[in-house]
Amino acid sequence: MDNMTHKEYQEYVKKKVPKPPYLKNSIRAFITGGIICLIGQIIRNFLFRFGLGEKEVATGTSIILVFIGSLLTGLGIYDKIGKFGGAGAVIPITGFANSIVATAMEHKREGYIFGVAAKMFTIAGPVLVYGIGGSVVVGLLYIIFFSGR
Amino acid sequence: MATKRIGIQTLRLENPPSIIGTASIVGPKEGEGPLGSYFDLILDDDTWGQKSFEKAEARMQEEAIKLAITNAKLSIKDIHFLIAGDLLNQIISSSYTARQIGIPYFGLYGACSTMSESLCLGSMLIDGGFADKVVCATSSHFSSAERQFRFPLEYGAQRKYTSQWTVTGAGATVLSSTGNGPYITYLTPGKIQDYGIKDANNMGAAMAPAAFDTIIQHFKDTGYTPDDYDLIITGDLGLIGRRIVVDLLEKEGYSISDKFSDCGIKIFDGVQQDTHAGGSGCACSAVVFNSYIYKEMIKGNINRVLLISTGALHSPISTLQGESIPGIAHAVTIDNLSS
Repeated sequence: MDNMTHKEYQEYVKKKVPKPPYLKNSIRAFITGGIICLIGQIIRNFLFRFGLGEKEVATGTSIILVFIGSLLTGLGIYDKIGKFGGAGAVIPITGFANSIVATAMEHKREGYIFGVAAKMFTIAGPVLVYGIGGSVVVGLLYIIFFSGR
Repeated sequence: MATKRIGIQTLRLENPPSIIGTASIVGPKEGEGPLGSYFDLILDDDTWGQKSFEKAEARMQEEAIKLAITNAKLSIKDIHFLIAGDLLNQIISSSYTARQIGIPYFGLYGACSTMSESLCLGSMLIDGGFADKVVCATSSHFSSAERQFRFPLEYGAQRKYTSQWTVTGAGATVLSSTGNGPYITYLTPGKIQDYGIKDANNMGAAMAPAAFDTIIQHFKDTGYTPDDYDLIITGDLGLIGRRIVVDLLEKEGYSISDKFSDCGIKIFDGVQQDTHAGGSGCACSAVVFNSYIYKEMIKGNINRVLLISTGALHSPISTLQGESIPGIAHAVTIDNLSS
C-alpha cells in the first residue's frame, strides 16, 4: 500500500466498482419518461376538447402534471418511480415537482420560513437559475440575429 | 513513561476492562435483516413517536444506554463517564442524550468509527485508574443522515451501486474495571489515510486504506497473526471496501478472507433488502458489536475478536468543495480471556 500513489489507488478502485447496467437503465428511463409524456398527451387532448386555445392547453397540461407529481411525492410513490425510471422520471415536469415537494416535506420540522420556504428550492433552484438564465440568453440571441425579419 | 505502549501505535491494557453489559436498538429494516434475532429492541416505527428523526435518534441512544446499564445490573449513578458520538452536525444526538443521562460526558466525532473509538478511550480511562464504570455509545438514523448528507427521502433519485445504507439504531457498551469478560485487551488507534477518493457515494473505497493500515499495524505491533483471531470484523466498509482490504492484505502476505467480515455486510441482506454495497453509519458497527458479536462471545462461539470500526470523515460542505474523504479506523481486541 505504501508504494501505491493516490492515482494508482483511484485507478484500482475504479476496477473494483462494477459498471452500472447502462442498457437496462436506459430502457427503463425510456419507458418511464415515455409513459409520463403519454399521460401528458392524453391530458392535452382532453383539454382541447373543452375548446381551449393552444396556450391555455399547454399551461393546463403543465399544471395538472405538476399536481400529479406533487401528489405522488406526498403519497410516497414518486421516489419509487424515480428509483425505477432514473432520468426518465427526473427530467419531465413531474420530476421537477417531486424535487420541490420532497425537499419542502423534508424540512417542515425546521418551520415554514427557514425550513419549508428556504429549503424547498435546494434541488430545483439550480434548474430554475440556469433554465431561466439560459432562456434569457437564447432570447437575446434571437433578438440580435433574427429580429426585424 | 508510557509502559503500556507496544510497537508503533498499539496499547496493551494491563488491567483489561470487562464488558459487563450491552444494548442494541434498531429500526424496522435492520430488524428484518439477518441479525434480527440478536437485537434487544426492534422498533416498529422509525420515528418512535417523536416529532423528528433527530429526536428519534437521540431517544434510541438514550434508551440503549439505559438498557445497557440495566443489563449490567447497575444504575446510572454508578457510571463515571459517558463517551458518545454520532453523525449529526455538532453531535446533537449524543449531547441531547447526555443531557438526559446527567453524568460527565465526552462527545466524540469519529463518524462511523465512533464505536471502537469510544471503546478505546473508555478502556484507557479504566486502565488508567480514572474510572471504574464507563458507558460507550453511539447512534445513527437513516433518515436524519440522509437529509444531512444526501437527498430528501421522497426525492426520486437512483442510488449508486457503491452507495451504502445508513443503519438506524443505537448501541451501548458498559465497561468495568472488574468483571468476568469479555475483556478489552489491546487497542490500535488508527491514523488518517486519504488516497484522494472524493465520491461520497463510495465510502468503502475511501475508508479501506485506513482499515488496511490499522489492521496491518496491529499485527506488526502485537505479533499476532490472523490465526490468533476467531473473527476480524470492520465497521462499514461494505462489499467494495471489504474486497479492497482483502486484496491489499493478501499482497502483504496476510490471508484473512475466511475470518474477515464487515458489520455493514452482516447487518443487511444486500439482495433482498436492496442496500447496495451494505450498511453504514455509527450504529452499523455499534449494533452488530453490542448484539451479535457480544452474544456470540458470551456463548463461547467466538473467543477473540478484532473490531475495526471505520469512519469517513467528510462533511457535506467538504464534498461540495471537491475535497477528498479522510478515512480512519480504530482497532480493538475483545477477548474472552483477560491475558
